[in-house]
Amino acid sequence: MSAFPDYPNGYDVPGERSPLVTKRDKFHEITEDVCRVAEMPTPKGWYLLFGFCLSILGVLGISIGYLVWQGTGIWGLNNPVGWGWAIVNFVFWVGIGHAGTLISAILYLFRQKWRTGINRFAEAMTIFAVMCALVFPTIHVGRVWLLYYVFPIPNQMAAWPNFRSPLLWDVFAVSIYGSVSILFWYVGLIPDFATLRDRSKTTIRRFAYGIVALGWRGSNRHWQHYEIAYLLLAGLATPLVLSVHSIVSFDFAVSQLPGWHTTIFPPYFVAGAIFSGFAMVANLIIIARWAFKLEHIFTVRHLDNMARVILLTGSLVGYAYAMEFFIAWYGQNPNESFAFINRAFGNYAWAYWIMVSCNVISPQIFWSRKARTHMPTLFVVCIFVNIGMWFERFVITVTSLSRDFIPSSWAYYSPTFWDVSTFVGTFGLFGTMMCLFVRYFPIVAIAEVKAVTPAADPHHPMYEQHAPEEHEEETFDAPLAAVAEGAE
Amino acid sequence: MASDAKEWGLLAEFENPAAIYHACERVRDAGFKKWDAHTPFPVHGLDDAMGLDRSKLPYVVLVMGLTGACLAMLLQWWVSAVEYQMVISAKPFFSWQAFVPITFELGVLFGALGSVFGMLGFNQLPKFHHPLFQSARFERVTDDRFFISIESTDVRYEPEGTAQFLASLGALAVERIGDPNAK
Repeated sequence: MSAFPDYPNGYDVPGERSPLVTKRDKFHEITEDVCRVAEMPTPKGWYLLFGFCLSILGVLGISIGYLVWQGTGIWGLNNPVGWGWAIVNFVFWVGIGHAGTLISAILYLFRQKWRTGINRFAEAMTIFAVMCALVFPTIHVGRVWLLYYVFPIPNQMAAWPNFRSPLLWDVFAVSIYGSVSILFWYVGLIPDFATLRDRSKTTIRRFAYGIVALGWRGSNRHWQHYEIAYLLLAGLATPLVLSVHSIVSFDFAVSQLPGWHTTIFPPYFVAGAIFSGFAMVANLIIIARWAFKLEHIFTVRHLDNMARVILLTGSLVGYAYAMEFFIAWYGQNPNESFAFINRAFGNYAWAYWIMVSCNVISPQIFWSRKARTHMPTLFVVCIFVNIGMWFERFVITVTSLSRDFIPSSWAYYSPTFWDVSTFVGTFGLFGTMMCLFVRYFPIVAIAEVKAVTPAADPHHPMYEQHAPEEHEEETFDAPLAAVAEGAE
Repeated sequence: MASDAKEWGLLAEFENPAAIYHACERVRDAGFKKWDAHTPFPVHGLDDAMGLDRSKLPYVVLVMGLTGACLAMLLQWWVSAVEYQMVISAKPFFSWQAFVPITFELGVLFGALGSVFGMLGFNQLPKFHHPLFQSARFERVTDDRFFISIESTDVRYEPEGTAQFLASLGALAVERIGDPNAK
């Protein structure tokens, strides 16, 4: 009898927990299903998608090239809006990355075993999103060849960075976040690269996967340290991810500008980051499970759980929006009151209401189980969430800056062609990396998924009849006697 | 010793986690020291079944993390209060509160590096050649098979007897692994 049901696991059967993986009850089938994606002949659709993403990446290259040639004047920045799409896009991408770490690290610490199906994919998304995010702080300095000013390295000016600036904290936070995410991802990949190595048919594949698998041989003496290393990395990544988006929010909150200078920012930014990131993971997973026929590993239950997290964090974000208004009223600071009334009813009211409808209203549909488990609905709402979260950063950045303290300096900010092309271009970078990832990497954590199947438990009742009898003395009497002689 | 110099050891194949779990308990109780279990995924409880001590890795990570945090605070103090003094918002040069974020981040970075490289160090990886890789059977260790290997240098190793012993534990197959380094 199979230990796994054939029905989708989006609902619970009374009296038992829904399974983490459906339809597969042999370790070998899991290996096959996952490795097939990286081993099959490259499908035509992949070439099409990869070519498309690569050309969008070209747009990014041209946009950056022109920016370096011409300077940041090609963007729509003005006085007083000195921070435009660059910071908006940066925060947007970093936020998306956070869901990957949440799934891989925080849910791991909470023993949420359902995460094992999607964590590899989500971590890949984290790394590529952080790469996209890092593009913006790098290029927004204009003279990119002077970027080394932000690092504490001895230089010809005998100058050092100012460690009391939140922008410098951000340099450390985001670069360390990227590095730790890569380490965490790679540690998880080692056993799965070994699986691909051992299945390789060609010398090149065997060599390439052999190098990255580091000679992994599944030794339990190795697993012992490996599991501790993984646990510790999860334990380190958890406060790290919370600190990173808190520090990103300090970029705003530590300044004196009304609309930015609020203590709610760190938790509010972290909730928003998880919100947008889960929406992005859900979108990518819906595409991947359909394209690679992995419905039994990326199950309905995963998407249902993600929709619940989106509902929770979306409501938290909605609460934060409301609380900002409450504090503006309760604080009785005329500048702050003005900043928030201007947000909802001023020049950028259109952006504000896009944000509220996408972020607060649209996820409320997830109170319904049907909506959570209906793929097209889930997909569309997740797209809305990502649009809404981009607008959230736009609203925070631009409305506050464009109406600052002196009305004579007020100005309306609009992006230029190059603002748009740079942002679109980062999707090319993201898509290109994603295409390469699904083509050459194990897109599911094979070893981890095997470990959460019922068959992985050595004490599972299904093994009862196979367990050897205790104390079959006579069967190893002979070798022990021989050993005793040898020892003397 | 009874062991053959050209032999690296024995490799026994098992079908499922329960089989390897019970086999490991027996190998442990038989007093072998230079042996190992090889599994496609970490089998729950196998550390105890093998009689392994707890990993020392957490100490490495603790020391590394504290080192990173101390270095970060030291760097920020030296830059801000000694080498490059700037008055900002009339705050003291050594305003440690502002240095907390970077101190924390560098502590995490060093801890993570300690965790990954400590793990690789304890495991003596990367190691691209290992006698077990000679076995075609062993390729399934990353797929769906479970193995126990016993090295010929173990004091309790005995070419025939140990092979019989492994077979008696319910192994699907027992294979002799040659030593590629032997002349």
